[in-house]
Amino acid sequence: MDNLLVAENIVKKYGDFTALNNISLSVPKGSIFGLLGPNGAGKTSFIRIINQITMPDSGFVSLDGKPLEQNHVKDIGYLPEERGLYKSMKVGEQALYLAQLKGLSKTEAKDRLKYWFDRLEIGDWWNKKVQELSKGMAQKIQFVVTVLHKPKLLIFDEPFSGFDPINANLIKDEILKLRDDGATIIFSTHRMESVEELCDHIALIDKSNKILDGKLIDIKKEFKSNTFEVGVNTTNELAFRNVLEHKFKVTPATFKSIHDDVKVNIQIDATSTPNELLSFLTNEGQVNHFTEVIPSASDIFIQSIQNN
Amino acid sequence: MNHLPLITKREYLNKVKNKSFIIMTFVSPLIMVALGLLIGFLTNLNKNKERIIDVVDESGYAKEIFSDTISTTKYRILNNIDLAQARIDVEEKEHYGLLYIPKVTDVSQLSEKITFYSKETPSVIMIEGLESKIAKKITDVNFKIKGLDIEKIKNARIQVNINQESYTGEKTSKLSGKLKLVFGMVSGYLLFMFIIIYGNMIMRSVIEEKTSRIIEVIISSVKPMQLMLGKIFGTSLAGVTQFVIWVLVIGFLTIILSFVFNIDMSQMQGGQQDILENVVKNDEVGDIIVNGMYELSQLPIANLIAMFLLFFIGGFLLYSSLYAAIGAAVDNETDTQQFMMPIMVPLILAVYVGGFTVLEAPHGTVAQVFSFIPFTSPVVMLMRIPFGVPMWQQILSVIILFATFIGMVWFAAKIYRVGILMYGKKPSYKEIYKWLKY
Repeated sequence: MDNLLVAENIVKKYGDFTALNNISLSVPKGSIFGLLGPNGAGKTSFIRIINQITMPDSGFVSLDGKPLEQNHVKDIGYLPEERGLYKSMKVGEQALYLAQLKGLSKTEAKDRLKYWFDRLEIGDWWNKKVQELSKGMAQKIQFVVTVLHKPKLLIFDEPFSGFDPINANLIKDEILKLRDDGATIIFSTHRMESVEELCDHIALIDKSNKILDGKLIDIKKEFKSNTFEVGVNTTNELAFRNVLEHKFKVTPATFKSIHDDVKVNIQIDATSTPNELLSFLTNEGQVNHFTEVIPSASDIFIQSIQNN
Repeated sequence: MNHLPLITKREYLNKVKNKSFIIMTFVSPLIMVALGLLIGFLTNLNKNKERIIDVVDESGYAKEIFSDTISTTKYRILNNIDLAQARIDVEEKEHYGLLYIPKVTDVSQLSEKITFYSKETPSVIMIEGLESKIAKKITDVNFKIKGLDIEKIKNARIQVNINQESYTGEKTSKLSGKLKLVFGMVSGYLLFMFIIIYGNMIMRSVIEEKTSRIIEVIISSVKPMQLMLGKIFGTSLAGVTQFVIWVLVIGFLTIILSFVFNIDMSQMQGGQQDILENVVKNDEVGDIIVNGMYELSQLPIANLIAMFLLFFIGGFLLYSSLYAAIGAAVDNETDTQQFMMPIMVPLILAVYVGGFTVLEAPHGTVAQVFSFIPFTSPVVMLMRIPFGVPMWQQILSVIILFATFIGMVWFAAKIYRVGILMYGKKPSYKEIYKWLKY
């Protein structure tokens, strides 16, 4: 698969503090790429380098095969975490100005803004001043301004903060649609459920180093612990538990069930198969529930950070 | 992509369309004219109040001395009263003061013996006026005593006006010196005011971008340097607009008011009028105006205007890039105080050096040095130029100024670039120094 953005050996220091230590990342074309990490890990530093807000001390970034240059500004749309609008300017005026800074002509910007304002049903805000808008309303305008110039690469830093669930869903659908239309998206967030929902690739940065990178599904495979969540209905619970604990690593499980089951998580050796476990269990009683425990993005995040 | 015109345009329109800016633009001249009228009114009020000074005269010269008083101060010569009683009387009547002229054998003894009693210490101007009045009269008396003909002496008196001419043949006079002074002072103070008012405006607009958190969106599209320059240019243009409107409105109002109230604006100088009366007779005023126009036409106008524009622009840009850097370094206006020192010190120094040293010795070492230091040169050099500064010095100073401006923009842009993304803490000088190396 082609990569839209390639960063090689990026180093960024602020005085004695190293913000990015030799980070290399490849963002595949058409993917939604989750850039994750705890606060202060270096995500924003990295994003700022892609946006050419700051320059790396060493390393190389290319966009669509070409070294990053000033002209790439029009190919990138960036919604920073710390964002705002000029308070005393009118919404339409302001959106036009920001679009022009991204290289759109005035008439083109106007047409596209009309389209987006109608689409998000905010057409009547055109002549309002930003200070009259609620936070969520202002966020919508910022979103429109970010995507207006149809950039190849979109960078969203916590895009859902400040939105109510309805609008958050609306924006989520818009992001997915932008991906389907061909845009590549870098998505930075602490909300793991949206990573789960949206991202197909992730990279994890901690303490200025990349500690994890790849397709989400591959990473999940890597992090799986061969653990199965089972619910078994047996007549002799005590004996069953004894046998289990003797043979496997067992931890209690909680899940909803209409049966009066023994609920446990069972971890098997990497050498044995789920089928072997299942056939063992069917001998012990009625198996009502059998699922593999798939590590969530949140689990992976916490586990990686703790191990680092 | 060059967005400088776009940014400049937005900054300009944003400033000019701002309600408080519009109000300030049209209300300030009104306030200033009203203030001028008030001051004029108050000085007139003070002047028209009759002052009475009682005189106890034991010498017999008082009549002669106060024979032709035309000012608002009235001198009443008290008869048949001794000093002790007069002091009590005058204090009771709340007259302005009591002048005591003792009995002397020789009129020349009066030089040290006259005393003025009053409740409050009188103004120096008033005492000096009184001294010269008395001196003049008793000198005449003394002439008479010594048997000298006053008329002859008056006729024999010679006034000297030294013609001034430079080696290259340029003629000057004291009057043109005064004109030069006025030009220098006006342009120096104008620049000073402009820097303080509009430099602050630039600073506030940088801070506004930080507090509204729009900055990161903007600089993902444009270089911080472009944004900073756009701000400086846009605000400067707004400033020029406002200044021009102020000048026009004030000029217009002054003309209208002087017709309506028939006020002679020159009277607003108030207290000094008394002294001037003695020095300048009416027909001489006309001469001065005619001479003034002539001298004005003799000044190197083209040079002055060209240099005024260059130094004004250079000086303002230099300082405004500093203001922009300060705005970028802090989060809110209250934090700017600690960084104002480096701006205010050279600026005030410039005005003081310009106001005092240049007056005394326009081409002295101090004045020369300060007219090359870029932070003071706009004010000091502007004050020096009317007195004739060699062209190479002017050009060198301009070059230094603009070179420093470019260096300063680079320096400010470094602080700006880092500072605009820093939130939440008040930086120290040490930290800002570190930013330069990022």
